[in-house]
Amino acid sequence: MALLSKKDRQLITDPLSDNNPITVQVLGICSALAITAELEASVVMSVSVLFVMGVGNVVISMIRNIVPSKIRIIVQLTVIATLVIIVDLVLKAFAYELSKTLSVFIGLIITNCIIMGRFEAFALGNGLWRSFLDGIGNAFGYAVILIMVGFFRELLGSGTLWGIPILGDPIDKTGLYAFGYENNGFMLLSPMALIVVGIIIWVQRARSKHLIEE
Amino acid sequence: MALNTEKNTYTLLFAVGLVVIVGTLLAAIDSSLKDKIRINKILEKQQNILYAIGINENEGNSVNFIAADKAEQEFNKYITKQIYIQGDQVIEDDKAYLIDVKKQKALAKDPSHKRKLPLFIANKDGRNLYVAPIRGKGLWDAIWAYVSVDENMIIRGIYFDHKAETPGLGANIKQRFFMDDFIGESLLDIQGNFKGVTVSKTNLDPKNEDKYDNEVDAIAGSTITGDGVTAMIRSDLSLYQPYFNSLNN
Repeated sequence: MALLSKKDRQLITDPLSDNNPITVQVLGICSALAITAELEASVVMSVSVLFVMGVGNVVISMIRNIVPSKIRIIVQLTVIATLVIIVDLVLKAFAYELSKTLSVFIGLIITNCIIMGRFEAFALGNGLWRSFLDGIGNAFGYAVILIMVGFFRELLGSGTLWGIPILGDPIDKTGLYAFGYENNGFMLLSPMALIVVGIIIWVQRARSKHLIEE
Repeated sequence: MALNTEKNTYTLLFAVGLVVIVGTLLAAIDSSLKDKIRINKILEKQQNILYAIGINENEGNSVNFIAADKAEQEFNKYITKQIYIQGDQVIEDDKAYLIDVKKQKALAKDPSHKRKLPLFIANKDGRNLYVAPIRGKGLWDAIWAYVSVDENMIIRGIYFDHKAETPGLGANIKQRFFMDDFIGESLLDIQGNFKGVTVSKTNLDPKNEDKYDNEVDAIAGSTITGDGVTAMIRSDLSLYQPYFNSLNN
């Protein structure tokens, strides 16, 4: 017996391609622009979002039948902020070093519209297990794009990946730099992140024509 | 029983209940973890000060503090004297490392108040190093640093940190490639006047071989954080100059 039914599997695989939160739903663009100058930051952010989305979707799904619809957005915001603050406090007490690395991402997670978007669009109307799958599916979809953008921005902007020089040393002019190659400093700025996301969207739509709106 | 979640009274009650539950939960967690977090923060401060005088476990290009459980012991070993400067007075205080620089800066907005300037004097390999904590503004939030200088106000070590600078850009002020550039830079110009160290886009000296130009290379894409570093060094470290002048006379 398969672990997941076909429908459940789609909850995970759809956000990776045809229903990607960034390139198709156009959610979570702000953080995709802000923190993708380095691959490492992209990965840390992806893991944090994965955790918060998984747990958050389950909590919202749990209380979905008792939340008054008039104040549901406020309730969602409260749940997510509480979750994130608890994680932050616990890390500060028991894993201080780790909390220092993650503290910058805390604010970005609370305001990440993918999380609110999935609460609103999915967790409020679906059961626990399906909400959990939807949460991690979308987080993976987000992660794929973040890591792609981070990869290109760090490689072309700094000539490194995960802080490790790939293309040689720009100061000593070794490797590629010996042939006159220069880092493109513009890649490190947010506008280029937008352009990279745009190129990814273009490639994706060129390959899957059914995504193009009439 | 189906719950009527559309009624106003229910909505109100739900909101109140949610606030009470969430508030209690957060308050309980916060107060039960408070002491642990406070101790972690003190240890971090000691680790930062030790880092600035070169007591760390750096390998390659990474920034590694000395282990937290050894921090207090090493701190007591190397830091021979803790003082704070208030106006013309120099007061010895072995709890000077607990002085809150943020609070002192805020108090100093009132011109009649004389701010306490903590300074930690370390003895390493037979020479004195003076570590000053400074604080300023980056792009999004606070940035701060521990700077160790010798008697001539030449930087011998520095540790930067920040609250919320952009990861991959401004956040890189706490990377070795940026911090190490400051080592050897003088805070004074050739005439002995305070000049600070400028984070400059036109330094054109990526290896920072020129140690007499009062400049280090900026990080691409982090102009405002870099300017914040320049301003922080200028405004906070200049306050220590009278002390160093008196030391040399």
